[in-house]
Amino acid sequence: MPAFLDDFLFTYESLVHSLGVNGLLALSMYVVLAMGQLSLGQAAFMGIGAYTSALLTLNVGAPFPLVLVAVMITPALGALIIGAPTLRLSGVYLALATIGVGEMLRLLYINTPLFGGALGLSGIPRLAGIIWIYGCLAVGLIVFVFVARSRVGRAMEAMREDELAAGAIGVNLPRYKLGGLVVSAAIAGLAGALDAHVSSFISPAAYGFDAAVTILSFALLGGIGSPFGPVLGAIILTLLPEALRPLQDFRLVVNGLIIVLAVLFMPRGLLAWRMGRLAARPGGASR
Amino acid sequence: MLSQQLFNGLVVGATYAIFALGFTVMFGVLGVVNLTYGFYFSFGALIALWLTQALNLPVWASFLIAVLASGLVAALVDSLLLTRLRRARAPELASLMVTLGATLLLYSLSSSLIGVEIRRFPAAAINASAFDLLGLRVSMTQLLIVFAAFAMVGGLVYLIQYTRVGLAIRAMAERPDTIALMGVNAGALARLVSFVSGSLAGAAGVLIGLNYNAIQPFMGEQMMLKGFAVIILGGLGDARGALVAGLIVGMLETLTAGYVASSWKDAVGFALLVLTLWIRPAGLFGRATVKRA
Repeated sequence: MPAFLDDFLFTYESLVHSLGVNGLLALSMYVVLAMGQLSLGQAAFMGIGAYTSALLTLNVGAPFPLVLVAVMITPALGALIIGAPTLRLSGVYLALATIGVGEMLRLLYINTPLFGGALGLSGIPRLAGIIWIYGCLAVGLIVFVFVARSRVGRAMEAMREDELAAGAIGVNLPRYKLGGLVVSAAIAGLAGALDAHVSSFISPAAYGFDAAVTILSFALLGGIGSPFGPVLGAIILTLLPEALRPLQDFRLVVNGLIIVLAVLFMPRGLLAWRMGRLAARPGGASR
Repeated sequence: MLSQQLFNGLVVGATYAIFALGFTVMFGVLGVVNLTYGFYFSFGALIALWLTQALNLPVWASFLIAVLASGLVAALVDSLLLTRLRRARAPELASLMVTLGATLLLYSLSSSLIGVEIRRFPAAAINASAFDLLGLRVSMTQLLIVFAAFAMVGGLVYLIQYTRVGLAIRAMAERPDTIALMGVNAGALARLVSFVSGSLAGAAGVLIGLNYNAIQPFMGEQMMLKGFAVIILGGLGDARGALVAGLIVGMLETLTAGYVASSWKDAVGFALLVLTLWIRPAGLFGRATVKRA
């Protein structure tokens, strides 16, 4: 590795890590939003992944690749439990229920000695690194690019634009919604585990409501027309605090303002283009 | 002791009920999920505290002014953020996301402006005396809470059921597109409903602030999360359900704190929320709604 790159990574290591982790989280948010659903449980799913991985590594000593499989399964189970009843109802219910689950888990972590209480767990070995994080992100992006161009991707887009119509032309709404939420939870869990294994420390405070809102703002800023939008949003909103360092306490104010302005004036996000159907539509603008 | 616990729970539950009522009215009539609602709770408490501390107003006067002020802020935020979405007939989730951003903005702005430390009403302002009623110990603050809760619920029922404006509000909940054709100023009515809801949140904030005598900007965020549990238990948009659910959650919380552990108190609401979604997603008195195109 060239010396200047080495220096750069040494100085900005944690920033480089969080860029990748936030990219993965944005991707997990994309899966849900792309179907027109809203989950505010991404931080909670991330937390489940982080705690699962930390406990497996610290207490069981499980090999890391196995841990990464486990951290996708546990949040996915959580998503099944919360998604199965709520996804049959209107979209508001999933949003409210996931907020509730996030809070309940936070209280569970704080009140249970196994999870280290309010202080969290520390001394997690740094098993993950740039290769793992960006490898997962790249795989995720490639998979979603292909999914977006497939039958599944078109079904998701139809659901986002008009759920009733999508259901009427034969999209199996409950199955897609639940499947999407489960996949999204698995990705968020993976991101949480990778994050735990680079920062070596986790605490309940990192998986609260604020974190859920921040993850949502990644996707809203970038736009959900393609999987690249949310990742771009994550990159901007992760770098922005570094640039806005003089603002300190007002960083969250700026974050909030971005969400408000994005939804009101830029509902399609920064990256407004959609995947691969332009050639099939001569007019192309009948939206 | 059990009866005392139940009574204390009932008093706390009454404030939850008022809080949830405002949110559910907003959702039922305007069709928006307005997450800034929790902020009006904090705002009411902070304004009342400031009036009592800085201007030496008696508690009842600060209460009234704070209630009006929170209502005004709610109407302002609604017309700034949601008019545009209503006009575009945007789905509920759009309102949820816009107000989510606004919530983050409002809380972080207020906490960076005034800090997050817990503030208290001056001891002289609160009448700490208590009396015995049927073997229960009732403090003056608790009496104020019960009285205010009855007054506000009664006032709201009167407004909605027996006045012309109430008729328009019910019409708006039923058919938002049609009321403009019937000569109702829909924009003004939306602001009025926001005002009423916001003032209910502000009132709940002042009352909870008095009850625990601990006030800080983020108290509304915790309350909003608890409010979701109450609202879902009662059924989204169901006013009667919100009242009953508020009382239930308040009492169960107090019992949990008394007989299990106070650290688990806050988990009660969320456990009920998940349980409701599994067993009875439409809420306590709910019927399944059919979505029309």
